[in-house]
Amino acid sequence: MTHRPRSALGLVATLALAASLGACSPSPDDTSLTPAGPPPDCAAYTAYGDLSGTTVTVYATFIDTEGAEYESSFAKFGECTGAVIAYEGSRDFEAQLPVRVEAGAAPDIAIVPQPGLLATMVETGKVRPAPAAVSKNVDTYWSASWKAYGSVDGVFYAAPLGASAKSFVWYSPAMFEAAGYEIPATWAELLALTEQISQAGDVKPWCAGIESGTATGWPATDWVEDMVLRFAGGPTYDKWVSHDIAFNDPAILEALTEMGKILRNDAYVNAGIGDVQSIAAEAWTDAGYPILDGQCYLHRAASFYQTNWTTLDPSIKVGPEGDVWAFPLPGLTADSQPVVGGGDFVAAFADRPEVVAFQTFLSSPEWANAKAAATPQGWVTANSGLDSSLLASPMDQLAFQVLSDPGVEFRFDGSDLMPSEVGAGSFWRELTDYFALGKSEQAVLDAIEASWPKN
Amino acid sequence: MSRPAASQPAAAQLAVGSQTAAAQVAGAKTTGSQAVASGQARRRRADDRAAEAKNRLSSPGVSAAALAIAFFWTVPTAGLLVTSFRDDRREISRSGWWEAFLPSHWGEFGLGNYATALGSQNKLGTYFINSFVVTVPAVVIPICLALLAAYAFAWIEFRGRNILFVAVFTLQVVPIQVTMIPLLTRYVEWGLNGTYWVLWLSHTMFGLPLAVFLLHNFMREIPRSLIEAARVDGAGHVRIFLRVILPLMTPAIASFAIFQFLWVWNDLLVALAFAGNTPAVAPLTARLSDMVGSRGSAWYLLSAGAFISMAVPMAVFLALQRFFVRGLLAGSVKG
Repeated sequence: MTHRPRSALGLVATLALAASLGACSPSPDDTSLTPAGPPPDCAAYTAYGDLSGTTVTVYATFIDTEGAEYESSFAKFGECTGAVIAYEGSRDFEAQLPVRVEAGAAPDIAIVPQPGLLATMVETGKVRPAPAAVSKNVDTYWSASWKAYGSVDGVFYAAPLGASAKSFVWYSPAMFEAAGYEIPATWAELLALTEQISQAGDVKPWCAGIESGTATGWPATDWVEDMVLRFAGGPTYDKWVSHDIAFNDPAILEALTEMGKILRNDAYVNAGIGDVQSIAAEAWTDAGYPILDGQCYLHRAASFYQTNWTTLDPSIKVGPEGDVWAFPLPGLTADSQPVVGGGDFVAAFADRPEVVAFQTFLSSPEWANAKAAATPQGWVTANSGLDSSLLASPMDQLAFQVLSDPGVEFRFDGSDLMPSEVGAGSFWRELTDYFALGKSEQAVLDAIEASWPKN
Repeated sequence: MSRPAASQPAAAQLAVGSQTAAAQVAGAKTTGSQAVASGQARRRRADDRAAEAKNRLSSPGVSAAALAIAFFWTVPTAGLLVTSFRDDRREISRSGWWEAFLPSHWGEFGLGNYATALGSQNKLGTYFINSFVVTVPAVVIPICLALLAAYAFAWIEFRGRNILFVAVFTLQVVPIQVTMIPLLTRYVEWGLNGTYWVLWLSHTMFGLPLAVFLLHNFMREIPRSLIEAARVDGAGHVRIFLRVILPLMTPAIASFAIFQFLWVWNDLLVALAFAGNTPAVAPLTARLSDMVGSRGSAWYLLSAGAFISMAVPMAVFLALQRFFVRGLLAGSVKG
């Protein structure tokens, strides 16, 4: 806090110079840190220099095992540079970060899970624009659209870190095989399969749940976004998110109506749980579990839902030959593959040399590989420098394949980009009413449109 | 959910108590500083009032209503208790806790949730100790300060005493939320951020107005004759405070201590905002809120965690309960 150089440029120049000089001289401290084992391979880290005696505070939403995985992915950076990475994770991150920043107690690095919150933080004037080395890494390893998600008003602030792909449908390979069902390749095939399952017997095809405490409704927004991206297309999706078209535009109405064909049809939902209304009350964390009992065939959920299977029962195998597996939610045609996803971003509130170095490290393939190696499952990134063979879980590999495929039409989760009154407010509430109270599609969209903040 | 039901009746009793205390203050104002006889008369009146209230409160209708209220207050907690012993998390979400008593559900009962909550990953033990380290000073410091302040307000004549007392009392209306950012800014400037000090200081600040008010009202009830007798015997303020006042104040101190203990033990907001969520300082409530996992998939641990965190306030409340009722309703006037 006390030592804060005015400009990061000098440091970046030093970093670049160090990088160009090559990486041959491990600092003398390294061997003394680990006297018992062989000295760690610090070749990739010498560019960051000797940061002994410095501390970088990191604040994020990841806790427990997830938090520990992040910490172990930082460990080598600490060992090789001497910097101490003080990690703190909290579920109340979104509420606490603005308070801390406002009071002058901002962390050096905050891993922000939504671009919307990033924009709010940038408005405070405390977020530092990304240093040149970070910008260079992002240009090299990420697509331009990812860089744009980390930018506010054309200034690049935050490099993307992790990512998630949400457009997946979970199913049981064994059940599909037993019933002779094929993985649908188009939306029409998916509807046909749904009808076929519903005709075949007393098991309904789909199970769903959108209850999530104070955030109840968000899983339904992902459904809607997937529908909009499919039926209205990418350009309309972008206009819808930025409110260049009204929220209740006819194109959105059509998309929501298509979703209703499945989720509001009592013959199709809510397998193993109840009727349409039960979608609103079923916890999203548990909504896919009827698949395990053979009571449900299809459950749309993000790639990170894989951890929900294993927290229920560690013996559940997630994979193409396992107990549960997922296929990408099909597009309208067999060769279109639209995907909605999310991600988190590294915002820096300080530009001390060690902070810039750590920020640069987080945007590098070295960190992505360290994180992949430290994570048994449930993490993926859109960093194309990642060595995908390090991803231990087949689901993460599938998600990475989708995220890094240039043929995939990727869009960021719209509710995370909309103003929080809508994206974390009326959008959730109205979709909950859509299921719980049977509100009409038009009424839902009109109400959300009315809640959009007027500048 | 982590706020135990025990604190609700406590708060209700407190509300009754402070009304009584306010009435006593009003009574004290009208009689002013009159002679000993008036004090005794006031005490008799208070005794009459207490007897009358007791009669009214023990009629069968009121008892039935009280039982009904107690029942409805306890039902959610009982449900939570039953749920905390159900190990099959899928059954928890499929069937109500009352259905767990059916023979077909008996197999679900077990200690698995408690074992996981207390196990190596959640380390509730560490946070349990943190909670104690936060709570004990945060209860002791405001009581010490408030006792001194209450003595001054009650028994030392100085200019502007009433105005100052009213000012302290009205500070109670300041919501904690509006103090957060300014306070945190100061703490950061002083370099206290992220230590236990911020919690002790903050809880002391938030607790002091009520503490001063309550303790002052009890101290005011101590017969003037007692103080004057001590003064005639040559005792100064310090000796009067330590030898005369303090022993008589035990019920009042205990009742405020319970109130402050429950509030600090159950606090999440102040702890998160000022101290942060590191294992070094975070209390049990912070851990409890994180126990469900980053994406909330371990929600079934919450009921067990809630009961673990509830155990201490329950014990404190039950142990000090008799002081609580006596302290708030009867005051220290025993003659």
